[in-house]
Amino acid sequence: MKHIISLAAFLYILWFGLSGHSEPLLLSLGIASVVFTVYIAHRMDVIDHESHPIHHLTSLVRFWSYLMVQVIKSNIDVIGRILRPGRSISPQMVDFPMPQRSDLGRVIYANSITLTPGTVSVHLGKDTITVHSLSKQGADDLGRGEMASRVPDDIEDISHVDRDQ
Amino acid sequence: MTILDIVSWISILGGALLGVAGGIGIHRFPDFYSRLHAVGITDTLCAALFLFGLGLQAGLSLASFKLFLIFVFLFFTSPTASHALANAARHGGLKPRLDGRKGEASR
Repeated sequence: MKHIISLAAFLYILWFGLSGHSEPLLLSLGIASVVFTVYIAHRMDVIDHESHPIHHLTSLVRFWSYLMVQVIKSNIDVIGRILRPGRSISPQMVDFPMPQRSDLGRVIYANSITLTPGTVSVHLGKDTITVHSLSKQGADDLGRGEMASRVPDDIEDISHVDRDQ
Repeated sequence: MTILDIVSWISILGGALLGVAGGIGIHRFPDFYSRLHAVGITDTLCAALFLFGLGLQAGLSLASFKLFLIFVFLFFTSPTASHALANAARHGGLKPRLDGRKGEASR
């Protein structure tokens, strides 16, 4: 239920932000379209903790601010490697363990690796992730597992529990 | 010329320079996988600086809210696209040029 309410609130803010209308008629038409959209999403059974992870909201915000710093750092590193004359890269293809238990945590981790320049996630295995790194240093940094430990994750895989029901 | 204007122009020009740097990287790096990293720059900091600079020009308005939405969608979709490209290349059997031990991790 709280997922439905938060989805509706989010959609209405989005509607208002994109339209910018404040006449009562248009505002109520916006409410009607939000209600219709939420109804369709509810019928499609796509409103759950995975599509709408509000229980991770604070940890997600904390993780995103950490990620922004990492993105800027690795951008500077890769730009340096591009502009440095001579051979400045040492490409690696490495398998790392993936400690996340939930599908959502794995997606966040893989996307964060790709988002930071210098590392691209190439393949997701059962418990491992294959990463192509531009430099040995980048691969070593990732191997220390600091980013992996910061990814918001459900301790038990709720998605599997849901599927069994 | 206000402070906001100056900061916004620095952001936009910085974004443009990063775009050029990314383009140089695409030409300089030796193979498909390493070129993906150069694309990563234009996907992240370059786009972010552009949108930030344009947002300062727009001020607190609906336009800057829309610019923020572009930023959010870009940051969710561009890594997914990069991953799809890299994954497809790996499935297609494209071997990366690796440093040191040749062909060990490539399959």
